[in-house]
Amino acid sequence: MTTYYTEDHEWIAVEGGTATVGITDYAQAQLGDIVFVELPAPGTNVAKGGEAAVVESVKAASDVFAPVTGTVSEANGALEEDPALVNSAPEGDGWFFKLALADPAELDGLMDAAAYKAFCDSL
Amino acid sequence: MSMNSEGRVTRPETLAAADAPATFTGNRALMLEEALIFERDDYARTGVDIAEAPATSSRLGGLERHRAIGLPGLTEPEAVRHYTRLSRQNYAIDLGLFPLGSCTMKHNPRLNEKMARLPGFADIHPLAPVDTVQGALAVIDELAQWLVTLTGMHAVAMSPKAGAHGELCGLLAIRAAHDAAGSDRSMILVPESAHGTNPATAAFCGYKVENIPATADGRVDLDALTARLGPDVAGVMITNPNTCGLFERDMKRISDAVHAAGGYVYCDGANFNAIVGRVRPGDLGIDAMHINLHKTFSTPHGGGGPGSGPVVLSAALAPYAPLPFVAKQPDGSFRLIEEETADQDHPGSFGRMSAFHGQMGMFTRALTYILSHGADGLRQVAGDAVLNANYVLRSLDGLLDAPFGPSGPCMHEALFSDDGLAPGFTTLDIAKGLIDEGFHPMTMYFPLVVHGAMLIEPTETEGKAALDQFVGALRSVAERAKAGDEALKAAPAFAPRRRLDETAAARKPVLVWKDETLPQAAE
Amino acid sequence: MRYLPLTDTDRQAMLATIGASSIDDLFIDVPAEARLPGPIAGLPAHASELAVERHMTRLARRNLSAGEAPFFLGCGAYRHHVPASVDHLIQRGEFLTSYTPYQPEIAQGTLQALFEFQTQVARLFGCDVANASMYDGSTACWEAITMARRVTKRGKAILSAGLHPHYVSLAKTMARFTGDLLDTALPTLTPGAPGDDMARLLAGIDADTSCVVVQNPNILGHVADLSELAARCHDKGALLIAVVTEPVALGAIRSPGEMGADIVVGEGQSIGVGLNFGGPYVGLFACNEKHVRQMPGRLCGVTTDADGQRGFVLTLSTREQHIRREKATSNICTNAGLCALAFSIHLTLLGETGLRNLAALNHAGAVAAAERLATLPGVELVNGAFFNEFTLKLPREARPVVRALADMGILGGVSLGRLYPDAADLANGLVVAVTETSTAEDVEALAQALEAEIAA
Repeated sequence: MTTYYTEDHEWIAVEGGTATVGITDYAQAQLGDIVFVELPAPGTNVAKGGEAAVVESVKAASDVFAPVTGTVSEANGALEEDPALVNSAPEGDGWFFKLALADPAELDGLMDAAAYKAFCDSL
Repeated sequence: MSMNSEGRVTRPETLAAADAPATFTGNRALMLEEALIFERDDYARTGVDIAEAPATSSRLGGLERHRAIGLPGLTEPEAVRHYTRLSRQNYAIDLGLFPLGSCTMKHNPRLNEKMARLPGFADIHPLAPVDTVQGALAVIDELAQWLVTLTGMHAVAMSPKAGAHGELCGLLAIRAAHDAAGSDRSMILVPESAHGTNPATAAFCGYKVENIPATADGRVDLDALTARLGPDVAGVMITNPNTCGLFERDMKRISDAVHAAGGYVYCDGANFNAIVGRVRPGDLGIDAMHINLHKTFSTPHGGGGPGSGPVVLSAALAPYAPLPFVAKQPDGSFRLIEEETADQDHPGSFGRMSAFHGQMGMFTRALTYILSHGADGLRQVAGDAVLNANYVLRSLDGLLDAPFGPSGPCMHEALFSDDGLAPGFTTLDIAKGLIDEGFHPMTMYFPLVVHGAMLIEPTETEGKAALDQFVGALRSVAERAKAGDEALKAAPAFAPRRRLDETAAARKPVLVWKDETLPQAAE
Repeated sequence: MRYLPLTDTDRQAMLATIGASSIDDLFIDVPAEARLPGPIAGLPAHASELAVERHMTRLARRNLSAGEAPFFLGCGAYRHHVPASVDHLIQRGEFLTSYTPYQPEIAQGTLQALFEFQTQVARLFGCDVANASMYDGSTACWEAITMARRVTKRGKAILSAGLHPHYVSLAKTMARFTGDLLDTALPTLTPGAPGDDMARLLAGIDADTSCVVVQNPNILGHVADLSELAARCHDKGALLIAVVTEPVALGAIRSPGEMGADIVVGEGQSIGVGLNFGGPYVGLFACNEKHVRQMPGRLCGVTTDADGQRGFVLTLSTREQHIRREKATSNICTNAGLCALAFSIHLTLLGETGLRNLAALNHAGAVAAAERLATLPGVELVNGAFFNEFTLKLPREARPVVRALADMGILGGVSLGRLYPDAADLANGLVVAVTETSTAEDVEALAQALEAEIAA
């Protein structure tokens, strides 16, 4: 499994043709207490850079963009009951949705963990 | 001597208040806890004596309600006590200075309330025959004339029910004007410092929205705006004076540029109170502007409404104004222009935007206020409001960062940032510290263009002594935030409640009372 | 000037602190050509309280108030007796002169009252949740249509012929700009018309339908069972929106929620608020829990404070304009706070018992009036079932009759010609509302005047 990162602070972990998407630890710390996550329904087609989910804290609503193009295969139902998972385990149990990749070549433009850390340090 | 053996101690004992035990009731003298009406066993009780219904046949068509509704009742003494106790947990203008920037919390004269309650205004039906409500139509017309004259505009739509509803009215007029010209422009430009209602309104009536940046001195970037204008831009929405408390010096040039590009200029008039009687928006090329009667003209905010948002219109947009409106006849009488005669009298109207004629109860209050002040008094209102804000701005020099302070005077509100507070201390801490000092906090975290914004609008109904006390309190709290006084994090300590957990409220929303879902009331 | 505390001495001292020589100097950012040199010419100067009161009272006297005449107007605004304590309580400065409760530690009074209001409205309408109020019934109705569009992602709304024509008019105004499709129809005075409208609604629901909007009691006073309509909507994936313009009716008839409505909106004016020539009123908005995040308007919820004490806050704000901006559920920024408070206080004074008794009294009075008026020659009662409002078909055009009655000092009802000026078929319709404020003598006065007028 390989994990990539975007400049919009999404992570995408790829295994075969399937990817899991969430927001990074840096992002959850910036957002504060997450109170609600609006997830795409399975079967939804999302385009790279397009709005795929919404994450809400008490005072802010932020769009989560699809890091790559694909079709949503599963949404993390656990977030409906317990949105705090995004704060406690952003890159684990707090994942948002899974995607069937349309074009694995799109992953090439994304950052690896080291590059993303350097990116955050520069902010 | 004849000795009275019932002597009592008449000097206080010196026990520290903190050592006082918790009370049986949870009350603290005048700070009284009050349960929800649903937490009492009062479902059979009523506070209204109603005559027994005479026996008739039922004509309800078999739809009689059988299931209980679940509405508790209180007798009058219980109800008066319940709501009086609740009221005492609120801060209010009547209690003290309420410096909410952009919200204009000025004194609400009680004559306004008395006039609005005259049965001739309060007890008339919106569909009563027009001949029987000539006085009400005269009030609407008289207020309309004042608003048109004070703003130097062409006409006014009185029916919008609040500021945001007024924005909607203005944008619908703009869309109707473009439609009439066969233009399908789809874009509204909004400065990034705008009230959230501006982009929301534009989207609500089907427009796309694009932000325009601000200059370093807190105003609309004229060059950026001009560069963005084009055949797709239907109009711009500008707040003037703007949400940083500054007058848009280039307003006329902005208007000229927008008009030259075929667009219209909407002005958010939330801050008209700063310039009333001194500047007419009509002289600045504005096509439409709402006036919040609950801000500039002192109708009460009432804990969040009702508001009222008449919209003044330029000659270019007036033909599209909504129905209904009041027209004065040559004989001095008034009639209502409604759908019935709109085809002849007002064919361009974009239609109706509320069931009836607007917020009549607010019209009577606003007209009462306007007549009380007169043209001279309203000019003084703006002058004193601006004077008070500048006095606060300069009195805090060197203490709080005022990003636009060095560039000159502000209008009716002074804007500060959280720059210079100790690490971990925020605008929120200053706000909550002010609560303990007996003040309502300023507007916080708005406008978005300033980090940790604190927007202070004292209004003209505060005297110098009140301002001096407020400035002293703010200095004290700000110094604690700069020094990193951890006790400030616990503020407010003396309010009916301490800081509330908004995260918990949003994660598991409990919006109505259900027996099993709520914690017990504080006893 | 009695509302301005600053003295000239204060002003001079403050200008010195600021470093300006005059108030005019503070307006230097206004281009010179836009600055007015003095008070605007042609407008009167300030006036004493006595002078202003005299002027306003003179204008008020030019109106015939409802309390001065036998009064039978309804059609979306109703005259009920409001207990004296309601107006006293809403005039307490802590309610009247407070702001939207964004600082909850010092706004618990407003917040708890809103929470109680939300619960009362939800129970009255038979829904899970209600918001903290809207501008009025008409705007709440349009907001419900847009909410149904968001929930169903469909754009066609079918409006009942019995929906208040001004509510329809407002929806048409908005739909022209938003692109929503509206399927509308006019009511008729023929017996059996409510059944025809129900058949039209049932037949019209298809895969593109976002919602059906039905008013109960409707503009002509008819009351109807919405259960079948709700079931059909749900079969087709559409929402049923019920509109209630006379909430007192729900003390007597089943709530729309109980009959299956998904969203119930209403005009709360008739409880606690008064006629006020059309505003301010209070819009009521309730729905099922699963749609709450698509709901417009403010919401108050329960939480605890730092000491663990129960308290209330505004919540789910991310739906709203000040956060979501152009993506907000609505542009609404205010509610009708003080009117919502008046509604809630009045409903608390009534309680279950009082509301049911009040509704029973209204219905009995209306039945007696309808029976009396239907005996007049040439006058026909249009309604089968009704609550406190019914429609008469007169043997002549109703509009001039209403005007003539007003000349006799009787406010006799709302003519359908006023509401539907283009519908010749409706011109003879007169809608009569009878509440607890109408006496038997009032009804008799109306009957005799009406008889004389239609014979004339």
